[in-house]
Amino acid sequence: MKTTLLLTIFATLIASPALAQDAGSADLGEPLAEGGVVADIAIEGDDDGPLRGTVTDESDWEDLGIAIPAFATNRDAATPANADGTSALGQEIARVITANLRNNGLFKPTGPDRLPTPDFPQVRSPAWSSWSGRGAEMLVHGYVNAAPNGRLVVGCYLYDVALQDELIREGYEVRPADWRRAAHKCSDLIYARLTGEDPFFDSRIAYIAETGPKDNRVKRLAVMDSDGANHRFLTLGSATALTPRYSPDYSKILYLSYVDGNPRIYVYDIGSGRQTLVTENTSPTIAPRWAPDGRHILYSMAVAGNTDIYRVPVTGGSSTRLTDTPGIDIGGSYSPDGRQIVFESDRSGTQQCYVMNADGSNQRRITFFGGRCATPEWSPRGDQIAFTRIAGDFNVAVMTPAGRNLRVLTDGWQDEAPTWAPNGRIIQFFRTTRNAGRSSLWQVDLTGRNERRLPTPVDASDPAWGPIRP
Amino acid sequence: MTFSFAKAATMAVLTSTIALAACSKKAPEELPPPPVTTATPTATPAPTVPAGPAVGTQGHFENAVGRSAVVYFDTDRFNIDSSDAASLQAQAQYFARFPQLTFTIEGHTDERGTREYNLALGERRANSAKNYLVSLGVAPNRIRTVSYGKERPVALASNASAWAQNRRAASIIIN
Repeated sequence: MKTTLLLTIFATLIASPALAQDAGSADLGEPLAEGGVVADIAIEGDDDGPLRGTVTDESDWEDLGIAIPAFATNRDAATPANADGTSALGQEIARVITANLRNNGLFKPTGPDRLPTPDFPQVRSPAWSSWSGRGAEMLVHGYVNAAPNGRLVVGCYLYDVALQDELIREGYEVRPADWRRAAHKCSDLIYARLTGEDPFFDSRIAYIAETGPKDNRVKRLAVMDSDGANHRFLTLGSATALTPRYSPDYSKILYLSYVDGNPRIYVYDIGSGRQTLVTENTSPTIAPRWAPDGRHILYSMAVAGNTDIYRVPVTGGSSTRLTDTPGIDIGGSYSPDGRQIVFESDRSGTQQCYVMNADGSNQRRITFFGGRCATPEWSPRGDQIAFTRIAGDFNVAVMTPAGRNLRVLTDGWQDEAPTWAPNGRIIQFFRTTRNAGRSSLWQVDLTGRNERRLPTPVDASDPAWGPIRP
Repeated sequence: MTFSFAKAATMAVLTSTIALAACSKKAPEELPPPPVTTATPTATPAPTVPAGPAVGTQGHFENAVGRSAVVYFDTDRFNIDSSDAASLQAQAQYFARFPQLTFTIEGHTDERGTREYNLALGERRANSAKNYLVSLGVAPNRIRTVSYGKERPVALASNASAWAQNRRAASIIIN
């Protein structure tokens, strides 16, 4: 921490960009221009307000047909969000929503390219006769208007076609650059209303982008939206980067970098594009994790070959050692209430999962089935723990926090490192192919039925799904 | 496992005690090699190595110790078996002949493990090799360790033979 403090003082005193860089900055790319907010705004709809209660058909919502025509606009205006103006942007927004709902195997959506476009007044008063014959039980309408303040106003409406009534509506005001977030917010509104689950589309994923041959992989820190859009590389690839984790407020990313030649955990600040060491210690640090309150960090440190788990305040200061066995104790994932930590240890001879209190007390093994338990991650809902099950092949599995009701969800040769969607309904992981060693990101839902690959520009590993964006 | 734990733990204590005594304070200053007085011994063994790479290079080290530059481990293990011990004895003799040399021990694993565990396992392997060399008289402040986990395989196939080649601790001359 002394060095960090010193660097901070240097940075304050001397306005030289070279000296203003913090620890191990050699591999850092341009910082992200973040900071857009989505403001919820009131929008107009039915006088009697949205319908409460049940929809006409909720027996099996995975078969629910949803028509999502292009979003209308009150006036086709120029916008930085789309070279062809707000009308074209309305088409794009509907495409994003359609892809969200389809790709996750949730519904049977029909997108704007196969549907007529409603005009602006019809958004609040659908032309029911033109929708009832299309086999879609649900209808999404919306608009995107260029506001005088330069921002975009997006309205999102969900209608039940049989009832000919509004189920829910929401409005958002966003920077033009954040138009996709409005589409994700609208997707979340529809998803949450029809399934009763918490939303997850308006979230981001940090991961490691991989290129090059198996014996000389270039591994870069990268981030993207939950649907793969807005992809950015954060490091240049001159140093191997591994195992990122978004902070709960998306302001920072913890990750491992070999930028000084040793594996060490850095706290990367997204706004400033600077990073500091998680702890001033010459021993290697690995496996970074956030506490749910974002104020503490777990890391694992190898001292003379023996790895244990430590906790440190994000503001720096002294670390507390939580484990002290001669085996490898590593990782750690907090329960949503912050009171317990599930972690991995080979103190019994093989990798198994253990739970302890947040202060390190009451450590107890929870996995006793055949095979090994690695990389446990506590669900945001608290009711499940996802982990890498090693029994011959490597697969993603879930169990209760007591280690019961084991369910294996995937069947790849090497599926590794599960990370939860913000609502605890979908798990993302990475899959490595035998021999070639190619890696890719995959998602599977808790039923294990809906598995799909998440497209990335290059090979990808170590995904970390962040929470719903603030 | 119990045996290796005990051995490793004993050595770890031994090593860290020596390391603390020897270099805890000096650590930032040990980047430059030791003073010129140590250059004298290099002149003596020079005739025994007539041609080829110079002292202080990886080539010179590998010419001298051959395949003993790397030690190999069983799956999920980090103990020094008899074949590892023979390799490390050859290394220790070399480093005794050239006491000015510093080197890195890189710990590696095969791909059949999770990434973070493998980083910790590679760290264990590098330290096992280091502790053994220290027990043979190599000063701990000459040895840097680093784990690459499964990030730097030498054999690229996904089969038992490739994995055996990748579970290793490799000594690399710094200077």
